[in-house]
Amino acid sequence: MIGCSRSPSDFVDTHYRHFEHDICDEKAVEKMFAEIRSEYQGLDILVNNAGIGSMNHALMTPTATAARIMNTNVVATFLLSREAAKLMMRNKFGRIVNFATVATPLRLEGEAIYAASKAAVISLTQILGREFAPFGITVNAIGPTPIKTDLIAAVPQNKLESLLCRQAFPRYGEFSDVSNVIDFFIRPESGFITGQTIFLGGVS
Amino acid sequence: MLRARVLRAQKEMCVLSFLERFPNGKKPMPTMDRTYKVLFSAVDQLNEELLPKQRLTKTPETVVFGHMGKLDSLALVNFLMLTEQKLEDEFNFPISLADERAMSQERSPFRTLATMADYIGQLLREKGETISSQDDESSLQVPARESAGT
Repeated sequence: MIGCSRSPSDFVDTHYRHFEHDICDEKAVEKMFAEIRSEYQGLDILVNNAGIGSMNHALMTPTATAARIMNTNVVATFLLSREAAKLMMRNKFGRIVNFATVATPLRLEGEAIYAASKAAVISLTQILGREFAPFGITVNAIGPTPIKTDLIAAVPQNKLESLLCRQAFPRYGEFSDVSNVIDFFIRPESGFITGQTIFLGGVS
Repeated sequence: MLRARVLRAQKEMCVLSFLERFPNGKKPMPTMDRTYKVLFSAVDQLNEELLPKQRLTKTPETVVFGHMGKLDSLALVNFLMLTEQKLEDEFNFPISLADERAMSQERSPFRTLATMADYIGQLLREKGETISSQDDESSLQVPARESAGT
């Protein structure tokens, strides 16, 4: 198992290797995949879970913030998927799982750029699913509800509660809700499922 | 006597310099020959997956894509990816063939194996893979023509 983030990881396992890279840095990402290729000769699964958000009214959102969100959420997802697919196609097998959000179908005010970036991820998922299918690679996405992580730490409580009320199951998501969907997408039996996005909490 | 000693010292320095540059004692193949070796190896691997009528021959003039080309867009993607992987194996650093410049050129660098080899040479030079002086002449030569082999 391999992970990549800008900062060191606190996850320790003898089967885990961590890369410290900015996933928006194309050269660094290409170098990382070259190392993966040389050391492991392939890659089976990619989970594109890195993402950033900025909960703010559109009138209060600087262009630089918008660009940074698009770069991390969309361009980096594309970059990682492209490089991973190059490794996966050698074995005619691969699973790519992207991260969308319920903020897109719920059209959440205050999340214009974040929701738009994840709408792009959904579109990317659908088209990459078709483009990578000939190589035995599936591309799917999960759209989580709010989960108690750093991403929502700055969102006011009343906003979060009104959001939860719009879900079929009005509760926060758990890590196990997410891992369950990922497990489903990456199963060998899921080779006929691609380009799909599964939203949690009954949102559609 | 002194002249003989100087000549011997110069010869030893030449041998040392050669070993420093080529530690295994062998001069590497010229860059262009290595590039064609990679391209032809990618052709071999691609041909295994193609119908006989689509298979490419291993000559510099072979049309890869476009007018008179045998590959469809998916086969071209496959061929470029195979070539990228084999280039990385050969030169030990990642090379992206489908870069912005390649995609924006009026005449595609992927038209024939020869135009691909030229383009790869250009990328290698930019990546710092210098073509050594002894390569200069032979780097312009291509290996003897081979048949498709499949």
